[in-house]
Amino acid sequence: MSRTWIVIPMYNEATVVGSVIEGLRKQFPYVVCVDDGSTDGSQEKARAAGAVVVQHPINLGQGAALQTGIEFALQDPELECIVTFDADGQHRVDDAKAMVERVKSGEAEIILGSRFLDDRTKLSPAKRLVLKTAAIQSRLATGMNLTDAHNGLRAFNPRVASNIHLTQNRMAHASELVNQLARLKPKYAEHPVEIIYTDYSKSKGQSLLNSVNIVAELFFK
Amino acid sequence: MLIIVQIVLVAAVMVVSLALMRGGSNARHLAVRRILLMIFAVVAALSVFFPEALTRVAGFLGIGRGTDLVLYGAVVSLFVFMATTYQRFRHAENALTKLSRRIAIDEAEKPGQLS
Repeated sequence: MSRTWIVIPMYNEATVVGSVIEGLRKQFPYVVCVDDGSTDGSQEKARAAGAVVVQHPINLGQGAALQTGIEFALQDPELECIVTFDADGQHRVDDAKAMVERVKSGEAEIILGSRFLDDRTKLSPAKRLVLKTAAIQSRLATGMNLTDAHNGLRAFNPRVASNIHLTQNRMAHASELVNQLARLKPKYAEHPVEIIYTDYSKSKGQSLLNSVNIVAELFFK
Repeated sequence: MLIIVQIVLVAAVMVVSLALMRGGSNARHLAVRRILLMIFAVVAALSVFFPEALTRVAGFLGIGRGTDLVLYGAVVSLFVFMATTYQRFRHAENALTKLSRRIAIDEAEKPGQLS
């Protein structure tokens, strides 16, 4: 039997992570939640919902948690596909399912989610501008023609997974991932996904000012 | 003359910072840092006894007063210090991340053993 592992980085998401995992487990039985030092009991919620919890002893950042989740999943000899998924409920399980199908079919080694391929996702003009600018910068720097370089929903096979080594612990990991893909040159494709901006995900998500941090972290690596 | 000194100083900051950042914390870089520190200490001590000498050096460089020369030197040292400290911090963070990841994965159940 082949397995798909869903990797969820989690930091203080107790209010939503349970329902996110329950929604996922109807389609994907194997979910690993990388707890990045939560202090609000997220771990129990995730375990109760049926996820494996891998617990960082201290808070390191989302990039570090993603890398931990990938390395955990790579221990599984029957691994066929890894999906990265955000804990705050902004991704749709159906999108993830379609992306996994595309990886399994061999169409691509990595499928990256993009919120700009259709008009389901409603964005503020400022956020759209920042994300578009990031995408253009990423294209100029790597030559990879991605429309949404900072989308947390991705599906990839073990070969790609074993070649990803994220060292940007905090915010710049999405750009770092694209940089590493540009060197690895896998067969890749984008998949239209909807980002569901709830009040909760808005309050937890990256503010626009965070783009300053991303640029700073990339510059001073 | 002043602009040349300024350009040289800025270039020195960048070159030394980059050199110290690239190599990380090996013995040679540590030695270079210690030599620089020694030179700085000796110059500082001498300037206490011979303030005019410092002013003459400064005048030769077109900076004006000796205290200005010391100030520029201090700024350069500060930037080098910041750069090397940042680099050491990054190394420490990487080590800490790897250690935490090892602990986290070792403590969790193995994915292949799940039913």
